[in-house]
Amino acid sequence: MSANEFTLDDLKRILREGAGFEDSDVTAAEVGDTSFKDLGYESIALLEISLRIEREYDVALDDAYLVDSRTPNELVDTVNEVLRAGHNS
Amino acid sequence: MTQIALVLADWAFLDAGVDPGEAPDYDIGIVTASSSGGFEFGQRELQALWSKGSRYVSSYQSFAWFYAVNSGQISIRNGLRGPSGVLVVDQAGGLEAVAQARRRIRSGRPMMMSGAVDASLCSWGWVAQLAGGGLSTEDDPARGYLPFDERARGHVPGEGGALLVLEDAEHARAREAPLVYGEIAGYGATMDPKPGSGRHPGVRRAVELALDDAGVVAEQVDVVFADAAGVPGLDRSEAEAIGKVFGPRGVPVTAPKTMTGRLNSGGAPLDLALAFLSMRDGVIPPTVNVRPAHEYDLDLVTGEPRQIPVRTAVVIFRGRGGFNAAMVVRAPAA
Repeated sequence: MSANEFTLDDLKRILREGAGFEDSDVTAAEVGDTSFKDLGYESIALLEISLRIEREYDVALDDAYLVDSRTPNELVDTVNEVLRAGHNS
Repeated sequence: MTQIALVLADWAFLDAGVDPGEAPDYDIGIVTASSSGGFEFGQRELQALWSKGSRYVSSYQSFAWFYAVNSGQISIRNGLRGPSGVLVVDQAGGLEAVAQARRRIRSGRPMMMSGAVDASLCSWGWVAQLAGGGLSTEDDPARGYLPFDERARGHVPGEGGALLVLEDAEHARAREAPLVYGEIAGYGATMDPKPGSGRHPGVRRAVELALDDAGVVAEQVDVVFADAAGVPGLDRSEAEAIGKVFGPRGVPVTAPKTMTGRLNSGGAPLDLALAFLSMRDGVIPPTVNVRPAHEYDLDLVTGEPRQIPVRTAVVIFRGRGGFNAAMVVRAPAA
């Protein structure tokens, strides 16, 4: 399935399905800009998330994107860039 | 499987009155045993691999499958930065892990968590264990697992185990530990000789080494928690060893694992816990469903639990491949 846009809600769903999403001190509003590290997602969780995004949105996410995306909002932006690049080619 | 282990670790620390987060860095380590790692998790990933392709295999399989997963996840969750490890010795693993934890404490670590949880009952786990032999094919639960009975035809597997907090005695005194179940007093381990060599199985020597290590003579032992393989040849060799060390019907023998099934590496830590509880409560849990064969000359505790004071217990476990392990545990000094 390919979508035109990847949202923070999409990412939250995939986080929940792939790695669990615990209630934490971080409010819903702050989640987007809190680092994955502070949210409790380590390297294997991010690998799992990347795998799920790839097969659900039919994109290829370079490992570098994971390393460079510090927060959920940054990862959402990165995925959307890749999606847009795919549709333009 | 790891979920059970994580909960057991929480409960064990609570029971011991220990907050791992408060302990100095590197003070607490963990060594567990395992026989199968995360089989059920692995089965699901294998199914995903073969039905949907490699892109559908979970990244978590990278560690969910392996033997060290419980040591790893418990140490991460609780911040245990002391020495950690895992031992894989089939059913004897649980005793080997506790023995290794004791070595760590003797060489300076104040506290170690040890024990094992095994849970492999899924289709894949059944197939693996059936192929290995030793499983009962009996349909009637009352006849499924009958160690030391002339009807013995294998064992029934179960899932579970136990985790224990082991601590240096002086350290426990200094922090006024609220609850001390007893002491790991002695340990012995041997390998069986090569089949066909004509030499005796090593289980007797393992028990003698453990008694020696504990500075205990056979007469002082109040109960033996037997390995109880439930296979005639192995029952015979264990009964002979017990008879040689303790004399015919010389010590109460029991196998409460007839109530739970054999728990792979989890069985031994559970029997250790049962031994400590039998000391606390002055009662030996029974071996159920079994009519002991006379030829074994064992004082098997069957039917009802037996109420007698217990201060010293021996726990015996053997692993596939010729591993023998025995541990002596003792009630806390009065």
